[in-house]
Amino acid sequence: MDRLTTEDSAERPLHPDPLECPSLAIGAMANSKPFPASAAHQTALGFPGELVENWQEKAIAKLGDLVRNNRALRFYLDGCVRCGACTDKCHYFLGTGDPNNMPVARQNLMRKVYRRHFTLSGRIAPSLVGAEDLTREVLDEWYTYFHQCSQCRRCSVYCPFGIDTAEISMAAREIMDHIGMGQKYCNEIIGKVFKVGNNLGLPPKALKATLASLEEEIEEDTGVPVRLPLDEEGADILLVTPSADFFASPHMEGLIGYAKVLHESGVSWTFSSHASEAANFGMFIGSHETMQKVAQRIADAARDLKVKRIVFGECGHAWRVAYNFLDTLAGPFDFLDRRYPVPQHICEFTHDLIRQGKLTLDKSKNDHIRLTFHDSCNVARASRMGDVPGGQFEIPRAILRASCNHYYDMDPDTIREATLCCGGGGGLLTDELMDLRIKGASPRMKALREVADEHGVTHMAAICAICKAQFSKVLPKFGFDMEAIVSVHQMVSNAIVLTGSKQDEEANEADEQAEPVPAVAVPAETAEPAQAANAQEEA
Amino acid sequence: MQTTIYAVLFYSAAAIFAGGLALRLWQYARTPVPLKVPTTPAPVTRAGAAFRVLREVTVFESLFKSSKWIWLFGWVFHVSLALVLLRHLRYFMEPVWPPVALLQPFGVYAGFAMVAALFALWVRRVAIARMRYISDAFDHLILLLLLALGATGLGMKFVEHTDIVLVKGFFLGLMSFEPSPLPSDPLLLAHLALAAVLMIVFPFSKLLHAPGVFFSPSRNQTDDPRERRYAPVAPDRTAVSKA
Ligand code: SF4
Ligand code: SF4
Ligand code: SF4
Repeated sequence: MDRLTTEDSAERPLHPDPLECPSLAIGAMANSKPFPASAAHQTALGFPGELVENWQEKAIAKLGDLVRNNRALRFYLDGCVRCGACTDKCHYFLGTGDPNNMPVARQNLMRKVYRRHFTLSGRIAPSLVGAEDLTREVLDEWYTYFHQCSQCRRCSVYCPFGIDTAEISMAAREIMDHIGMGQKYCNEIIGKVFKVGNNLGLPPKALKATLASLEEEIEEDTGVPVRLPLDEEGADILLVTPSADFFASPHMEGLIGYAKVLHESGVSWTFSSHASEAANFGMFIGSHETMQKVAQRIADAARDLKVKRIVFGECGHAWRVAYNFLDTLAGPFDFLDRRYPVPQHICEFTHDLIRQGKLTLDKSKNDHIRLTFHDSCNVARASRMGDVPGGQFEIPRAILRASCNHYYDMDPDTIREATLCCGGGGGLLTDELMDLRIKGASPRMKALREVADEHGVTHMAAICAICKAQFSKVLPKFGFDMEAIVSVHQMVSNAIVLTGSKQDEEANEADEQAEPVPAVAVPAETAEPAQAANAQEEA
Repeated sequence: MQTTIYAVLFYSAAAIFAGGLALRLWQYARTPVPLKVPTTPAPVTRAGAAFRVLREVTVFESLFKSSKWIWLFGWVFHVSLALVLLRHLRYFMEPVWPPVALLQPFGVYAGFAMVAALFALWVRRVAIARMRYISDAFDHLILLLLLALGATGLGMKFVEHTDIVLVKGFFLGLMSFEPSPLPSDPLLLAHLALAAVLMIVFPFSKLLHAPGVFFSPSRNQTDDPRERRYAPVAPDRTAVSKA
């Protein structure tokens, strides 16, 4: 490095600070809004097809209803002291400079209406406390800026009262849906879940074909007939994954990873075509009823298939709903085997096997990768894995470290509970919001740039389907390869040595040459019942 | 005359403060929390969650994570305010409890610290563009009100002494419903009027954050949804709506 720099430039950091606070750019994102839901998409969810005539009255009534039935919302609207602690914590503010993307300013959009209609001070002296009527302009602001929040909860970590803007965004979207002002992306997708069973509208037949071709692929690779069963009654585990896992990359590589791990564990498992989707966009639109209906499918599938356990694949918000809400919404789950947590995360499952020494992982298979990990915000700040708080940070990292030789964390202020959202969460993963998504991803991209330059990091792993899809799109905009984003279980998949596989035999041969040991019998038990079941299915 | 006005003012202020506060807290307590929403990582036991809230209340843990400057000003202000309030207890009791008497000297320093911190908080609110953007008129007014309260208080201590024995007599009198005369020093009258205003707006403004923080679900919930099924009782909608 050139040491002959002036003092000034020596002080300048080599990399832009991922958390650098921009100066205010008022109205910078005023034109960013998602496409509105069509009448058909609205009515499919039981919402009015277009803006109702008495929308103002209905919106206020709905707000009152929500406030009376949710202490979180009530206190979050009342309790803010405008201390400003959250103002520089939102990735959308950091990326856009639009002051309405400061969490407290976003909250204020609803707070001013709440004050006007539900507080004494707002009724008596609106201008003193910044109370405002819900005019058409205010409603449009709601639509714009409550769709620039990925509900990532980063702001709530830093608020002295734990005020969670996500809760307020959800409420705003719920109110807008109820007056006929829904958002296309979310509502269309929820419609598909109800109709077909998953976000992508992938029918059971197509799903079956996809799984069969994946089985072929794995067998070709490893020589082991690893199965991806669908709707198999009596299996031990129901695996629920985001539907992107069935065909998008790098999601699918992760799915192959789950299948290999489950195969190696010897436990029987199945997907369900009825609940072929882990995601629950009901949360994004703040609709308790919708969220409950979507969650119910999973409980029903588990009951119908007579499974003993439910395991979730890699998906951020889905894990929040599963971990925190599933039992409340669709429980109780007395019919499951209570020796296992309900539900379980695939990372917990894999981690347990690694700890018990039941998986053979050849780290050198990932030697072409220098890895970092993106904590998905819903996993980080709205759930847990394992028995101790913070397990959601340690368990995925432990799996990654067990699967590769080169692992580096990003800037500590941008990971774990301080993690930055990918920029596409919360129902914003739609093309018309691309500008917002890129800007919202920029803090994370800067943090990635740091480790890329300092440690030669080449890849970033994530445990969220939305994160993976978002990063594949935005990475190239920041000079990274779109394939720099990988699934956690993709790393496992690369490293795992399946018992009886080609790789296993190669290793054994190498071992034998080194020191002769009695040949290990290839346990056929795991493969055989599976094949039998397969034959049965086809018959 | 002025004694009567202030007596009436303080009786009403106390009633509004207590009544309003009780009403608001009752409202919070009655409002259900439909789902588990702690910000994680969160404690897995109730004792742990209580300790988390305690840390928020006493050392402003989250604020500390956010920004050391806001934390410093905010914490110094609140701690000095607490000391100042405790010191003021002496005007409402005879004999004075030994612990309150013990606080006397600290209370005076705290007065200065409080005014300095308030001033810093206000400068911050005015000088930083982000803070200006999010502040409404009341946010400025409440700071100025507290500043004025502190300044008049310190003024009486160091500049324009008032007959503190008479003041104490007035409050002890109020408490036994036999008001005795109040001295008519302008600083004192201003100080007392501001205090009454503060009590009146407390339950209806952001000052409610003080008791409210105990009700914040993201902080007070335990992280145990898989260990204990979370099934809040379905809200009685009609009863709550009437409140
Ligand atoms: S929840 Fe996330 S996206 Fe929404 S305001 Fe807070 S920090 Fe921003
Ligand atoms: S940190 Fe909390 S109290 Fe402070 S301004 Fe933000 S939301 Fe309001
Ligand atoms: S997509 Fe991933 S990073 Fe973004 S909000 Fe969801 S969990 Fe968070």
